[in-house]
Amino acid sequence: MSFADDAYGALTDHDDDARWAYGTGFADPLAGVPTTVAGDVDRADLAAYCLMLGDDALVMSHRLQQWVTRAPELEDELALANIGLDLLGQARLLLGRAGEVEGAGRDEDALAYLRDAGEFRNVRLAERGDADFAHLVARLLVFSCWRLALLDRLTASRDPVLAAIGAKGVKEVTYHREYAAQWVVRLGDGTDLSHARMRAAMEAVLPLAGELFSTHEIEARLAAAGVAVDPALLRAEFDEAMNQVLDAATLTGLPGAAAAAQGRDGEHGPELGEILAEMQELARALPGGVW
Amino acid sequence: MSDVAVAPESAGERAFAETIEKDQRVEPRDWMPEGYRKTMIRQIAQHAHSEIIGMQPEGAWITRAPTLRRKAILLAKVQDEAGHGLYLYSAAETLGADRGDLTRRLIEGRQKYSSIFNYPTLTFADVGVIGWLVDGAAICNQVPLCRSSFGPYARAMIRICKEESFHQRQGYELLMTMMSGTPEQRAMVQDATNRWWWPSLMMFGPPDADSPNSAQSMAWKIKRHSNDELRQRFVDMTVPQAEALGVTLPDPELRWNAERGRHDFGEIDWVEFKKVIAGGGPLNAERIAHRRRADEEGAWVREAAAAHAAKATRRRETGA
Amino acid sequence: MSEEIRHEWPLFEVFVRAKRGLNHVHVGSLRAADHEMALHHARDLYTRRNEGVSIWVVRSDDVVSSGPEDKDAFFAPSGDKVYRHPTYYSIPDSVPHI
Repeated sequence: MSFADDAYGALTDHDDDARWAYGTGFADPLAGVPTTVAGDVDRADLAAYCLMLGDDALVMSHRLQQWVTRAPELEDELALANIGLDLLGQARLLLGRAGEVEGAGRDEDALAYLRDAGEFRNVRLAERGDADFAHLVARLLVFSCWRLALLDRLTASRDPVLAAIGAKGVKEVTYHREYAAQWVVRLGDGTDLSHARMRAAMEAVLPLAGELFSTHEIEARLAAAGVAVDPALLRAEFDEAMNQVLDAATLTGLPGAAAAAQGRDGEHGPELGEILAEMQELARALPGGVW
Repeated sequence: MSDVAVAPESAGERAFAETIEKDQRVEPRDWMPEGYRKTMIRQIAQHAHSEIIGMQPEGAWITRAPTLRRKAILLAKVQDEAGHGLYLYSAAETLGADRGDLTRRLIEGRQKYSSIFNYPTLTFADVGVIGWLVDGAAICNQVPLCRSSFGPYARAMIRICKEESFHQRQGYELLMTMMSGTPEQRAMVQDATNRWWWPSLMMFGPPDADSPNSAQSMAWKIKRHSNDELRQRFVDMTVPQAEALGVTLPDPELRWNAERGRHDFGEIDWVEFKKVIAGGGPLNAERIAHRRRADEEGAWVREAAAAHAAKATRRRETGA
Repeated sequence: MSEEIRHEWPLFEVFVRAKRGLNHVHVGSLRAADHEMALHHARDLYTRRNEGVSIWVVRSDDVVSSGPEDKDAFFAPSGDKVYRHPTYYSIPDSVPHI
């Protein structure tokens, strides 16, 4: 075996081995997508909008990353990591687009690591910590039902980059919603204990949904220009998807959405501060470091 | 004592001996000596446990990774380790082992895992060095296992080795990038190299003279190379990589021996090795406790899923 | 009514079709509470690198297989039926398309 020089050398014995399909055909979702901004679109608005959707994904992904090595079963470690990777990928594209449109030389990392909590535009739902697995799947279900409806409409955006990100995201979030929905049903319709925990989680999470459907002035302006999605229009689709899952989970009589928090304007709870302290610690500790 | 010394008698024994002799694969339902089955289950389970416990040292850095690209790479890598653990548990289950039982053995401290994962990851350079040295050593150990005599194990190893080829490269690439950065970053890389070098050499196990199970495993073709042979290969492969990187390996006795055509290197601290194996490693208790906590905190979720599945089956059967 | 619920999830075997035109191939097993979960888990565990376009999952205890002891009775009898193979028949090279 020719092994001394190259640890992988012995693997070539198996290269003609068709037992394992080893995937190819990885594609850049933005390949060939024009990056110009239409003349009638306000660049500051567009950059801010990209940050909103990007921060939602980045912060939600962070919460999912915190579940790795402590999920209820190993298979769920893989599932949660996949969802976290999908959202991280969406965040990178959106922050990258925000920086590009802003034109001030900030890249995805400058935006992720060097902004303070007051500059983050994510909805509060994304930053909420998970007391247990029921809270996680409750939050993931609400987040995915909403985001799927949003990304689906975003595919028709006049901004070609947003439309491409929407098209990619729809495929990903469809799976996230399915994963979360199955778990909400299993826990709701499982044991007495899991039913009680799933109910408590929904009671804690559903009030946060109010913010998801309140239209920010930036969203209103960009929606009028055919670039953004007006979240108020997503409510009916969201309710239908949620009710179907909650019925199957035997969870009834749950509270509605409460008054809107203003995460979109940078008003966050202490939990975002904790997330950023963890996420940004190293990047800020070594200015000028390259990774 | 040894199964190999006994003249084959039954048809099963003859078939097994012939399979090994012809370098073919033993499959789960074939007759096999009880010692072979036990050895395989133990080795595969320990390997699986190592993948699962091995998620923790690097997993701790996912949320703190200093760029989004590194974060994605690290998350995908730690995820792979969960996947590799599962491929291996799957191989063990073909022998009649039960994953739940194996997990209990792990969290009760009754079954071992690679003691390398009992060392702490102090800086982000550790993520790079784990990829370079720890995964590099693992690959040296694992590539020959792709030809191990037990079919499901060999097949799992092929898939694992192919997937792990990115693990070592991402680590080395991170270190190269850091070496091009600030003096502080270069110091971090050297420091991490100093801390992980000797534990990496220990990953190959005790010296051949002190490795009681090796001869039997070689005879059964579970193992293809001796511990010392693999360790030597790893050293020979790593030295030029360290030079290219610009770090010093922390061994004053490490030098090229033109006569042997190999590198000479210093004696491993076997007292330390035995201490860590015996559970005295810096983070041994913490690693197990973390896994046990995840298992206990997830019990109600697994029970709920089983209860729901039973309800759904009942509903289907009664047409309700 | 009070039947015992098994808390440990059952084992499923996983088969993946790598691309259109190929058979589903056995790739390994996993644990899941039900078939839907098994499909999800199979997707997350066995197709992280574009390895598949379709997945089957089957409860492991539903698989019926021949045993090694059946090997001779099952498979040896076909060993001498060489006339089932096209190369058994000699046709002159001058005859086209056959």
